[in-house]
Amino acid sequence: MDEQYDVIVLGTGLTECILSGLLSVEGKKVLHMDRNDYYGGDSASLNLTQLYRKFRPGQEAPTDLGRDRDYAVDLIPKFIIASGELTKILVHTDVTRYLEFKQIAGSFVYRDGKISKVPSTEMEAVKSPLMGLFEKRRAKKFFEFLQGWKDDDPATHQGIDLDKDSMKTVYEKFGLEPGTQDFIGHAMALYLDDDYITKPARPTYDRIVLYTSSMARYGKSPYIYPLYGLGELPQSFARLSAIYGGTYMLDKQIDQIVTDAEGNFVGVTSGGETVKAKQVIGDPSYFGAGASSQGGKVRVVEHGRVVRAICILKHPIPNTDDSDSCQIIIPQNQVNRRNDIYVAMVSATHNVCAKDIYVAIVSTIVETDNPHHEIVPGLNLLGPIHEQFLTVTPLYTPTSDGSADNIFVTRSYDATSHFETVVEDVQDVWKRVVGSDLVLKKREVEVQE
Amino acid sequence: MSKQFQFKLVLLGESAVGKSSLVLRFVKDQFDDYRESTIGAAFLTQTVTLEDQTTVKFEIWDTAGQERYKSLAPMYYRNANCAVVLYDITSSATLEKARNWIRELQRQADPSIVIALCGNKSDLAARRQVSEEEAKKYAEEEGLMWAETSAKTGDGVNEIFTAIAKKLPLTAPPPSARAGASRPGGRTGVDLNKQTTAQPGQEACNC
Repeated sequence: MDEQYDVIVLGTGLTECILSGLLSVEGKKVLHMDRNDYYGGDSASLNLTQLYRKFRPGQEAPTDLGRDRDYAVDLIPKFIIASGELTKILVHTDVTRYLEFKQIAGSFVYRDGKISKVPSTEMEAVKSPLMGLFEKRRAKKFFEFLQGWKDDDPATHQGIDLDKDSMKTVYEKFGLEPGTQDFIGHAMALYLDDDYITKPARPTYDRIVLYTSSMARYGKSPYIYPLYGLGELPQSFARLSAIYGGTYMLDKQIDQIVTDAEGNFVGVTSGGETVKAKQVIGDPSYFGAGASSQGGKVRVVEHGRVVRAICILKHPIPNTDDSDSCQIIIPQNQVNRRNDIYVAMVSATHNVCAKDIYVAIVSTIVETDNPHHEIVPGLNLLGPIHEQFLTVTPLYTPTSDGSADNIFVTRSYDATSHFETVVEDVQDVWKRVVGSDLVLKKREVEVQE
Repeated sequence: MSKQFQFKLVLLGESAVGKSSLVLRFVKDQFDDYRESTIGAAFLTQTVTLEDQTTVKFEIWDTAGQERYKSLAPMYYRNANCAVVLYDITSSATLEKARNWIRELQRQADPSIVIALCGNKSDLAARRQVSEEEAKKYAEEEGLMWAETSAKTGDGVNEIFTAIAKKLPLTAPPPSARAGASRPGGRTGVDLNKQTTAQPGQEACNC
């Protein structure tokens, strides 16, 4: 371990693995370590043995759920939005050659005590019980306005300035009912709360365009999902890194982050040996998250908590047309909350569990001292729950941008239903580590005939 | 019409037993004495044509060095139809490592996987530490194919890949092989590379 590296990366979560892969492709000498004996960190997918080891220490995995190896249970519930930034990175880095994707079968939204499908075709929209006849006409006008918007053509603006006018103004212009606003803001723009309404409409416009273009891409829902679970994503970027010379070490306890007298990064000590590098990138758990202090230096702070319940079901979720996978959004207004509750469900179709088993994760941002009670509206939609694993996870954010000490800490995986904020973090860390914007270059195809 | 099949083949074995060299010999008929350990490609492909004109295309995955510190990802074994596990005939320790990899494959990989145990560096027979009998006996006990090869001279290299091709189930396309699935017509999932030029905003709104 006497070699000198450009960058040491700690933790093999998706954020760290994308960065490691991109840095290796760029020609940086990367050492990537993880304290666990598996890839993925907080974004891993676990088999039954690993799942029980994590959530039920000392308890054997049950035998009535099928083969251990058939399971890849995600720890965080996220889907890939088809036209989003992660898809671009997957395609540009060619890691798609290691992965196979399936669609998520449907997206549902909760309204007045029951769930309805988010329409994916005009036919479905016409039949949808989400809006009355006249509201459908108003909504049609609203969507035609969004679709027709051209920045350089004021005739398409209908008197609206997306950068100045609030979303509230836009909703009011088209006379949309509160229920429709809920549907648009939460089930399409995927906002977790209602703060967006009073802000300029531009980001909401961008999000709706992302949603509709993703929906149009494969047809059934805006989401795709990798076979064998989300844990395949970090593994494929780790392989990209390794192919470009990155060194991988799993099952390595990190004893200390070594700094010089000024507090600048020097190296990482593991098993009594110190490896040196110019920079270090790592997830919050390697920089004092959860601990009282790290050598007196506070590098991460908690900025909220997410409650997640991983539920093993022996049936599809009721009222979803027996979908093999789906997302259900419970907008906050519907259940008197500030933050939406999400349900994300996948099944054997995605090679993440045994046949006739369904894995649903109910999650939301914690608002009270009683987080497990907060997800009850989501749990109530699932029918009988065979087994449930509950976690309350703090979300950490770094206290500094790393430019002073060459220590770059990534963010925890948030409560959003997709990976767009993960990619934002990747782009942000990249810019601080490398000193320039992340530009995705298409690599040469290297499959040789 | 002749039939075509495609299979995923993974390489395993201790560092420096000649995994990359064996592939380089098989795919490009080249050898380099001072080869660095990385290969720089996601995987290489090579086609074997059998006597009945059936063609078998191997998608060959190298470890990219991830075997060194217990860091080979489960994704590596996923849907592998066949594996070549190498040892170096001049080092008994590498046969021990090969046994570990075979146990790992039997535990993690698909039960129908075809495994070939290969004693590489047969050109260095003068420094032999692993006898043919010892390796062959072990292979028979475990139901593995076995051969000695030399990536340097090419001895036995094409022969072992052809033997693997013959042993693979050529009656039906592999049901779940990702290697096969990535070809046109065989893919069951969605293709991210398709439609990537679609312009957001131009699609009809779905509402």
